[in-house]
Amino acid sequence: MSRFLPYPLLTVALALTWLLLNAPITPGSAALALLVGVSVPAVMRALQPRAVLVRAPGTLARLAVVVLYDMVRSNVDVARIILGLRRGERRTGFVTIPLDLREPFGITVLSIILTGTPGTLWVQYDSQTGCLLLHVLDYTGGDEWVRRVKDRYERPLMEVFA
Amino acid sequence: MSGAELPLWAAWLVVALAVVGAAFSLTGALGLIRLRTFYERVHAPTLGATLGMALILISSMLLLSLLEGRLVLRDALIGVFLTVSTPVTLLLLARAAAHRDRHEGTPEAPPEI
Repeated sequence: MSRFLPYPLLTVALALTWLLLNAPITPGSAALALLVGVSVPAVMRALQPRAVLVRAPGTLARLAVVVLYDMVRSNVDVARIILGLRRGERRTGFVTIPLDLREPFGITVLSIILTGTPGTLWVQYDSQTGCLLLHVLDYTGGDEWVRRVKDRYERPLMEVFA
Repeated sequence: MSGAELPLWAAWLVVALAVVGAAFSLTGALGLIRLRTFYERVHAPTLGATLGMALILISSMLLLSLLEGRLVLRDALIGVFLTVSTPVTLLLLARAAAHRDRHEGTPEAPPEI
């Protein structure tokens, strides 16, 4: 298994991409998809990327729903700020979040989540101290943002990539 | 099915999704002008790269699926690649700005971590 398919997730992703690009599926395109899915990861082996281990698919699905909801909500929030529809004073600021998540794939997914929800900007991550510097458009003071990132995103990510 | 045979409800839905998506993208572009500091402005274009992009792609997939009479999911790949690559651009911009501001010692420079 590991000799023939060193990166099963990559194989599945490549084959699916190929099929989506060449829909509707014919026997010929299915065969080519299989060929691409098997041959490209074999080439990737020369680069020796770390294998991804995804556990707790249920947690991953729940996280996806949370992120989708947050993405829509923060888009509306930021649009209101830009269009000047929000009353009251607004402050922006930097938030430092000490992360317990050290798995590189987990950090990568966290950066995609935080970019995908407008209003949070990933400025810097220090792999030595595990500290993440965020810029937030709606700074509330205190550690509300720290708790939000840790509870909503970091904890499930630590369950998925461990 | 050709474009002229598209049922009215479907046409309305496709147009509504595309227009709302475009409106979010336009708001993001407007934010580049309206917001004041660099760090605030970087937030604005993500509207077009997230919800704006998603709504326009859903509209496009719906239209193509109805016209071709089968499920067309090709456009979802645009969403995947855009979502995966946007953080790289924003990260580079933010890091460059942070480095410049710390080096010049400007008041809005981010704190050291």
